Amino acid sequence: MSITIEPTVRVETRRQPIPPRERLEPIFEVEGLDAIYGAKAAIKDVSMEVYKNLVTAIIGPSGCGKSTYIRCFNRMNDLIPTFRQTGTIRYHGQDICASNIDPVAVRRNIGMVFQRPNPFPKSIYDNVAWGCRVLGMKEDLDARVERALTQAALWDEVKDRLKASGLSLSGGQQQRLCIARAIAVEPDVVLMDEPASALDPIATQAIEQLMHQLKSQYTFVIVTHNMQQAARVADMTAFFSISQGGEGERYGELIEYDATEKIFTAPSDKRTEDYVTGRFG
Amino acid sequence: MSTQDLTGPGLRLDHLPRRKRVNRTMEGLAWLAAAIAIAILGVVVYSVGQRGWSELNLNLITKQPINFSLTNAPQGLSNAFAGTIVIVGIAMLMALPAGILVAVYVNEFAPAPIRSVITLVIDVLAGVPAIVIGIFVFVLLVVGSGQSGLKGSFSLAILMLPFVARTTIEVLALVPNALREASLALGVPRWRTTLSIVLPRAIGGILTGTVLAVARVAGETAPLLFTSSVVGVQTDWNPAHALQTIPVAIFELSESPDPKDHARAWAAGFVLLIFILFASLTARWLATRNARKLAGR
Amino acid sequence: MSAADISTEPTRRPFTGRRVRFGDVSLQLVAGAAALGVTVLVGLIVWKIVDGSRLAIVKNGWAFLIRVAWNPVPGRELYGAASFLFGTVLTSFGALLIAAPLSIGVALFLTELAPRVIQGPVTALVETLAAVPSVLIGLWGIYVLGPVLRTSIESWLHTVFGFIPLFGDPSAAGASIFTAIIVLTIMILPIVSSISRELFREVPSELKEGALALGTTRWEMVRGVIFPYARGGIAAALILGLSRAMGEAIAVTQVVGGSPTIQWNLFSTGDTLASKIAAAYQGAVTSLQLSSLIYLGLVLLVFSLLANLVAQWIVRRVARKHGVTRGGHV
Repeated sequence: MSITIEPTVRVETRRQPIPPRERLEPIFEVEGLDAIYGAKAAIKDVSMEVYKNLVTAIIGPSGCGKSTYIRCFNRMNDLIPTFRQTGTIRYHGQDICASNIDPVAVRRNIGMVFQRPNPFPKSIYDNVAWGCRVLGMKEDLDARVERALTQAALWDEVKDRLKASGLSLSGGQQQRLCIARAIAVEPDVVLMDEPASALDPIATQAIEQLMHQLKSQYTFVIVTHNMQQAARVADMTAFFSISQGGEGERYGELIEYDATEKIFTAPSDKRTEDYVTGRFG
Repeated sequence: MSTQDLTGPGLRLDHLPRRKRVNRTMEGLAWLAAAIAIAILGVVVYSVGQRGWSELNLNLITKQPINFSLTNAPQGLSNAFAGTIVIVGIAMLMALPAGILVAVYVNEFAPAPIRSVITLVIDVLAGVPAIVIGIFVFVLLVVGSGQSGLKGSFSLAILMLPFVARTTIEVLALVPNALREASLALGVPRWRTTLSIVLPRAIGGILTGTVLAVARVAGETAPLLFTSSVVGVQTDWNPAHALQTIPVAIFELSESPDPKDHARAWAAGFVLLIFILFASLTARWLATRNARKLAGR
Repeated sequence: MSAADISTEPTRRPFTGRRVRFGDVSLQLVAGAAALGVTVLVGLIVWKIVDGSRLAIVKNGWAFLIRVAWNPVPGRELYGAASFLFGTVLTSFGALLIAAPLSIGVALFLTELAPRVIQGPVTALVETLAAVPSVLIGLWGIYVLGPVLRTSIESWLHTVFGFIPLFGDPSAAGASIFTAIIVLTIMILPIVSSISRELFREVPSELKEGALALGTTRWEMVRGVIFPYARGGIAAALILGLSRAMGEAIAVTQVVGGSPTIQWNLFSTGDTLASKIAAAYQGAVTSLQLSSLIYLGLVLLVFSLLANLVAQWIVRRVARKHGVTRGGHV
């Protein structure tokens, strides 16, 4: 029995067509990744590749381990005492989960923007400049700050009050400030954990535009619970869902990973289809 | 203020009058308890002020006391004021860095089991009576080599340490994890995150805790009795000597038979009390201001 | 737009091998050393006090604890802690008996009754009381409180309840165990009330509203919801108050009069462990006397360690029960 899918999400065509897979350069290769808190698995057996200079979205119902997953890419989960993981994540061919890898160096290359804006209690200027200074990128600091703020589409709004506290900005501006802070230190990859979940539509739009403009320089991985957002910004989309194991165990699992267009218009898995057509959760 | 009782058919109001009477009595007692607590403070401050007023003049801080005084020459307690400044100042320099480091360890580095051990140790240390700290330092340092201001400072620092550590742990716990994560996600190492992001954010609370701790130990007598109390009348700023302090001076003067000595005790007590009240209120003001700032100006 | 054009190609920096960061390691080492230092310090306190009292322990053993004697005359030396233990227990429990209802009343007032505008100031005033140095409370105790108590409450209680041994003849000096009890009450009142206040504030408002919605009066809500919820915490607060009262040396020394006997009369002079030690600060004549004083300190230390451990145990158990966890940290 075949079902014809009426996509509930209108896919905008601002995205350029993705080159064929063999011409894509994988930046992350995830293999058999399990992430475990204490005795409870959050995600199990995830394998996928993330490609350079694309925006990759991770979608799925809440509780499917999206956030846990994205925090594996820059070892942020190391900070949680009971956390363990097995499997590998290769970044440019190098396993970053290995114990001999310095998590600080990993994070230096792979920046992150968090769900809730978390500016430092410093001035707008220092919020951006502090990381550069600490990491030794001291030359042309002013130009660097201006560039980062411009890229984050915040410069025009704050150029006259760079000395004001970062906390004096609105929520949307704060989040863009956090993005500026992340890109000012020139990472290779920017991870975004539901960056727009606490923002108004205008701020959300600004952030999406930003990803679009910057993806020629950076690789973005974005977790979102908002399918429209994934459809708008992502080149590739991974759909995670909650699976039931034995004894009532529930864990997140990668169901399907493909070009965004394919995920939203012709998914190959029934569960993906249910989710994107709104029949799930 | 009285409220109208509901009346009407079908309303169940069993024993309501009696229950309301009990309630009113209990509420009245709670008001009374609060009134008593405040009245005590008022009476203490008033009696100290009233009795100390006559001797409250510049002589108190500029003139030295006179041994076995039979004259009416003006005398003061300049030695005690100098000693208190030196001893409390050094105690602060000892306790503050140690307390902050302990708190940083507990909050930023220690694994959970060690964290609970250290917090328990801090709580236990805070509960050791001041007089026991006094004889501990006496046995450890004074026996055989004599008293000194420095040893007095050490005993006060032991009293301050758990206080500073506790308040700092509390403030560090209030620093949002999001800030640590933001810094770490930039690839900033942990020590730099702690020193440049976490501690600056907590500095207001640490300052408040320090002011309170200083106010508390400035009035401590017990640990100093055994470590810095056998003193001369000279005004001395050298911490290698045993130094007189305001609380010890008050303690000694209070046991003197001479009413003039009592008056000086009251006057010194008044100065001490004003300092401590001022410090406590400053700390409180710092705390509210800080809370307002953390809440986003 | 111009700034955006100066885009730099992000460069990848190598990160092979886990670098041992000097900064991380040294901060952790220094902070860890401080934490270890505190632990060692507590151990050292216990050890030094035990060590200092060794001579008295060897000479007297347990008999020290039940003997009433304090005779430092060389040749006829005899020491015992019984009268000081008695005085400590009598004064600290007496103070707790008065301070407990008073503190809980203050805490209830502050959390449940006080109009918003006076809540802050009253809290500040009660906490300020805790900041008044004990030597000042003592000074006030001898010259203001003592005489007042003797002529009013003490003589009245003696006249009316004189048949009870506790209410004997008021001592002439004004110094008495009763004055010490009142002074200690004043000193532990702010401590117990501020802990209780925090406890009452933690009672979930849904619980309180649930009770009030049943048609209970405020007092019935307090008895039925707040007290049971905060019971463990209040016990811990009272133990901490008791421990504080036992350990207070200065103010008690000033007002208690210092007599090494066991008397049931609250209005006569007495002595406590802490005040005996404090009163001997000008020096001991013999090494056995010094060692016996430190032995008194050991007894005090054991009391306060026990009290604090029990209180902390209760606090942690209650916290677990109520699901309060210390904020997790990165």
